[in-house]
Amino acid sequence: MYKKIMVPVDLEHTEKIEKALDGAAELAKSYDLPVCYVAVMGRVPNRVAPSPEKFEAELNMFAREQGDKHGIKTECKAVPSVDVPVELDDKLLEAIDDVGADLVVMASHIPGVADKLHLISSNAAYMVKHSEVSIFVVR
Amino acid sequence: MNEETKTAQEAISEIEDLYDTDYVVGQDNIEKWGFDMHAPVFPVSAALIALFVIGSLMFPEQSREMLVATRTWIQETFDWMFLSAGNIFVLFCLALIVLPVGKIRLGGEDARPDFSVVSWFAMLFAAGMGIGLMFWSVAEPVGYFTEWFGTPLDTAGFTEEARTAALGATMYHWGLHPWAIYAVVALSLAFFSFNKGFPLTIRSTFYPLLGDRVWGWPGHIIDTVAVLATIFGLATSLGLGAQQAASGLNFLFDVGSGLQTQVIIITGVTAVAIISVVRGIDGGVKLLSNLNLIFAFLLLMFVIIASSLGGFFSNVARTFSGYVEYILPLSNPVGREDTTFYHSWTIFFWAWWISWSPFVGMFIARVSRGRTVRQFLTAVLLVPTLVTVVWMSAFGGSGLDQAAEGVGELAEGISDSTLALFQMLSHLPLTGITSFLAICLVLVFFVTSSDSGSLVIDSITSGGKTNAPVNQRIFWATAEGVIAAVLLVVGGSAALEALSAGAVSVGLPFTFLLLAMCVSLARGLYHERQLIEYNDVLRQ
Repeated sequence: MYKKIMVPVDLEHTEKIEKALDGAAELAKSYDLPVCYVAVMGRVPNRVAPSPEKFEAELNMFAREQGDKHGIKTECKAVPSVDVPVELDDKLLEAIDDVGADLVVMASHIPGVADKLHLISSNAAYMVKHSEVSIFVVR
Repeated sequence: MNEETKTAQEAISEIEDLYDTDYVVGQDNIEKWGFDMHAPVFPVSAALIALFVIGSLMFPEQSREMLVATRTWIQETFDWMFLSAGNIFVLFCLALIVLPVGKIRLGGEDARPDFSVVSWFAMLFAAGMGIGLMFWSVAEPVGYFTEWFGTPLDTAGFTEEARTAALGATMYHWGLHPWAIYAVVALSLAFFSFNKGFPLTIRSTFYPLLGDRVWGWPGHIIDTVAVLATIFGLATSLGLGAQQAASGLNFLFDVGSGLQTQVIIITGVTAVAIISVVRGIDGGVKLLSNLNLIFAFLLLMFVIIASSLGGFFSNVARTFSGYVEYILPLSNPVGREDTTFYHSWTIFFWAWWISWSPFVGMFIARVSRGRTVRQFLTAVLLVPTLVTVVWMSAFGGSGLDQAAEGVGELAEGISDSTLALFQMLSHLPLTGITSFLAICLVLVFFVTSSDSGSLVIDSITSGGKTNAPVNQRIFWATAEGVIAAVLLVVGGSAALEALSAGAVSVGLPFTFLLLAMCVSLARGLYHERQLIEYNDVLRQ
């Protein structure tokens, strides 16, 4: 049915996306699909790592851990960006093609007052609106 | 393992220990209400900003008197300090260009630049001094020539010598020295952030001197003062700039230069700045900076061709020889008798550049990953100086030619410094188009200062994180506009001038910090060079 699953990850907040990670792993196991974890990384030191090289190493380790934990084939891709909060959506969208995924599983927050007032945007909503592949939004 | 490898390994781990910190970027941050802010820098800065604004609104005259007196006292008492420090920064940067540490690459040996040379360069100018160059490139040299407000080394006005002195002194204020000040801050931030992995915030540059204490109160104070200097510097120049832009618009289109026009300008600039920060560095700041580079180039070419090509070349020669002739006497802090020029121009500019250095330096740092120290300093120090020589020769040169030949208003001296540029343009062909272009340039330069400033304040107040929510940038960009408008409407010029004087006064403590930064950076670069050498030994 699908060839590859892409899971966007925020390494700073992995605890918030556990449900999506588990969901993606379940799907991967059932259909025997590889999972590609994609993270958008800035050029400036951040909480995850002090340099882009170390960030990639962290992401690699994360993908391996997920693979071992769920017994699935995993890979990863770190997408460089000069301005993460602004470019995140578009970089993720580009990554779908780059990694050759045809299903995206991603976490999203439950819409609340802030969404109604357009104070915060939803990355998942943006993906649903602009991507050609299937998006599985996990809440 | 032979002896050499062992020594190298020991030396490497010894150096790495010096920069080994447990601090994680953003560890002191609070995530609340869609914000991701550093405690205490964010709340303390916000509270102090509110306090200062309210204070200057309640007592505009008194606070202006007090803060302007503070600024004047600083300028007169520490004149030698500012001047000597400026000289040290220039020598320090030139030394780094020629020393072997110049080969060190920001971000490590494999790092590649994120921006093309042209865009990078456009952003340096747009953040750093675009507006100033627009307003002062005619007013300053013509002011010296016509003895408006002090002359360099008390040279008599309206003479051949005064023309050379005017261009030389203006170059001195806009050439190597200001860019060296920016370069010291920018290079320190870029190096400690990209090569050492410290958060992109001012305090990180003092790690070699203060160690882990920089993550505590000494660091909180440094960062908070940097935020205050930046926001008040930006807000007051937006307020005062709106007055200037309004008088320019009025001169051109007769729209009235009153409060209404000024507030419309502030609102417009802030709105575009918000759109720009929301679109990010690539889609906002870079785009506008490139646009402005093109506009500025067109205007420059026009002024060169319209005023006379021959005249331009002789002015370039004059600017250059004036700069060479006057740079040493004007850099000398001992036995100065030209008090008005020395204090009101040179020292004012030095304090101003230094108080803006956290902002401009940090923005330059952010876009400079992947350059070597040598490339970086050449591009930040030498190239802008050469470009400024050309700019001054065209604009200042044409203004001086008009003043010397008795053409138009400039011949009678400076009546209103903000109009000098337009007065010069009005005696060249196509005045309507060029003046309009000039006003657009000024406004877009305001936007590029405001948006890059918001990015910088956002990064400092979120503990060096650059991936904090976009809301925070909107908050700071809005704060700048609101502060500027409220000060202007409620407190008038007095309130604006009070806070502007306050911001410039921050130049004094920052002069000491910048000197310390040089020591810190020199140590860091020296260690980095050693690391590279030892690693080469290991590879062999």
